[in-house]
Amino acid sequence: MSELLRLSGVHTHIRRYHILQGIDLVIPQGQTIMLLGRNGAGKTTTLRTIMGLWQASRGEINLAGERIESRSTPDIARLGVGYVPESMAVFSDLTVKENLVLAARDGPLDDRQLDWIFGFFPALRRFWLSRAGSLSGGQKQMLSIARAIIEPRKLLLIDEPTKGLAPAIVMALIECLKEIKRKGATVLLVEQNFFAARELGDGVLVMDNGTIVHRGEMAALAADVPLQERLLGLSLEAHQ
Amino acid sequence: MTDLAATDPLPKPKRDLAPILLPIALALAMIPLVGSTSSWLTLTAASLAMGMMIFIMASGLTLVFGLMDVLNFGHGAFIAVGAYVATLILLPFAASMQVDSLWMNLAVLAPAALLSMAVSGALGLVVERVLILPVYGQHLKQILMTTGGLIVAEQALYAIWGPQIIPLPLPASLRGSLVIGDVAIAKYRLLAMLVGLVVFIAIQLVLNRTKLGLLIRAGVENREMVEALGYRIRRLFLGVFMTGSALAGLGGMLWALYREQIHASMSDDLTVLIFIVVIIGGLGSIGGCFIGAILVAMVANYGGFLVPKLALVSNILLMVAILMWRPRGLYAVTSR
Repeated sequence: MSELLRLSGVHTHIRRYHILQGIDLVIPQGQTIMLLGRNGAGKTTTLRTIMGLWQASRGEINLAGERIESRSTPDIARLGVGYVPESMAVFSDLTVKENLVLAARDGPLDDRQLDWIFGFFPALRRFWLSRAGSLSGGQKQMLSIARAIIEPRKLLLIDEPTKGLAPAIVMALIECLKEIKRKGATVLLVEQNFFAARELGDGVLVMDNGTIVHRGEMAALAADVPLQERLLGLSLEAHQ
Repeated sequence: MTDLAATDPLPKPKRDLAPILLPIALALAMIPLVGSTSSWLTLTAASLAMGMMIFIMASGLTLVFGLMDVLNFGHGAFIAVGAYVATLILLPFAASMQVDSLWMNLAVLAPAALLSMAVSGALGLVVERVLILPVYGQHLKQILMTTGGLIVAEQALYAIWGPQIIPLPLPASLRGSLVIGDVAIAKYRLLAMLVGLVVFIAIQLVLNRTKLGLLIRAGVENREMVEALGYRIRRLFLGVFMTGSALAGLGGMLWALYREQIHASMSDDLTVLIFIVVIIGGLGSIGGCFIGAILVAMVANYGGFLVPKLALVSNILLMVAILMWRPRGLYAVTSR
C-alpha cells in the first residue's frame, strides 16, 4: 500500500513551548488512522502542523511525495487536504449554502456530491438557506464535515468530530465517516470517543508528551485492555 | 446536553432590529427638545450627510480591523491625501466649478474623486506592504508603525502643499439650499447622502452577492479557516486594505468640500470619530459601521445645537453608553 503522508522527526514550538518532539508517522493511501492520546498529548498540534497552521520548527512533512512543511496553509489545502477543526469553525454569519459554496473552491457546487452529503445529513438540505450560526452543535459538525468533503480530497484531517454531540448524532457521523472511508478516502482522525475509534480505525497512533508512543492495528489495540490502560490510562470499554 | 437532533426544527434566527431602530428613536426623541420642526429637519439632514461621509471613511477601517485584526492608526493619512490629491483637479478647473451647471461641476468632481481614490488606494498598497506586513499580529508595533506613518504623511503634505489652509469653495450648483416650506437642506449635503448611500449599497451587494464578499465575511469571522479552505487571505486583505484606503480618500475629498478647506492635519479630529464609529458598530460590521456613523453624526449635531458645551464629549458618552449595552458593538461579527 503506497504512503500518502509521512512525517519525519517533526518538532513544533508554540511560543516557548516545545509541543511536538520528533513525530514520525506514515499514513497509507486509503486508510483511516486514529490518533489517540490524553489531553495535551499533541494530537491537535499534529493536525495543525500538517495543515501549516503552525509551522514545524524541524523535520519533514511529505504529502504524496511533495515536501509541505514550509508551505502556507492555502497551498497545503490546494494540494487536496481537507481540515475539520475541533471547534468546527463554521462561518456563523453565512448560510449553510454559502459555507459550502466557499468550500467548493474549484467551481460551482456539484449536485451529485451534494445529494450524497444530504443522504447522511438531511438537516443541511432543510436548513440550506439558514444562517450557520443558528444551527445546533450537531448540525454545525455536519456542516463542518460536509465542507471538507464537498470536493474530492487526498487527505482529510478531522479533529474530534464527535466531541460534545448527542449519541444519535454520533452514530450518524460514524456512518458518514464509514461511507467516506468506503469511497477510498485517506483520513487522519483525532478521536476521544473510543467506540467511534474502534468502528472507524484501520490503524492507530497513540501520542504522549509530543511523541508517538504506539503504532499498530486499531483492532489489536481494541482487543488488548492492558495495553489500552498502559497507553491511555484507561480502557476503551471504560470510555464508551 | 441541550443539543438538538439533526432532524429537529431549527430555531428561527431572530432579526436584530434594535440597532437599526436606535437612530430613528434618537431622531424622534429630539423633536420636542429641538422645538422647531424646521430646525429638527435641518439638523437631521445635516446628521445624515455627516454620517454618510464618516461612514465612507470608516467602512474600510472596520473591515481591516475585523478581517486581519490590524490596528491602523494611520487611516487618517488616506483621508488627507485624498483631499489634497483632489485639488490637483479641482483647483486648475476652478472656473468650471464656478459655472452654475450641475453637469459641468460633476464633470470636474467625478475625475477628482476617481483620482483621490486611485492615489489613496495606491498609497494603501505601499502602507500595507511596507508598514503593516512586517508587524502582523503585533498590536503595539502596528500602533507605532501606523502612527509614525500618519506623522510622515502629514509632514509630506506640508512639504508638498505648504502649511497654509487651502480654501476649496463648493461648486456653484451645489451651493445654497433646497427650501421646502420652512425647511432648508443644503444641496451639498444631499449629494453627500447620495454618495454615502451608493457606497453602502455597493459594499452590501459585494459582501452579500459575490464569492469575494463571502470570503471577506468569512475572513472577518475566522481567517484561519478561510486559509484552511485554500484561499490566500493575505491577498484578500491587501485588496480590502486598498479599497478601504480608496474610500477614505473619497471621504477626504467629500469632507474637504463640506468644510470648504483643506489642511494637512484635517483628519486628526475625524480619526477619533472614525474609531468611535468602528468600535460602536462592532469590528468588521459594515451594517454596524453605517448605523454607528449616523449615530455619531446625530449626537454631534443635536448635541452641538442643544448643549454646545457637551459637544466635545458627547460622542465619547455615546460610545460608553453603547458599549455598556453591547460590549462588542452594535453588531458583533468577530469575537474580539
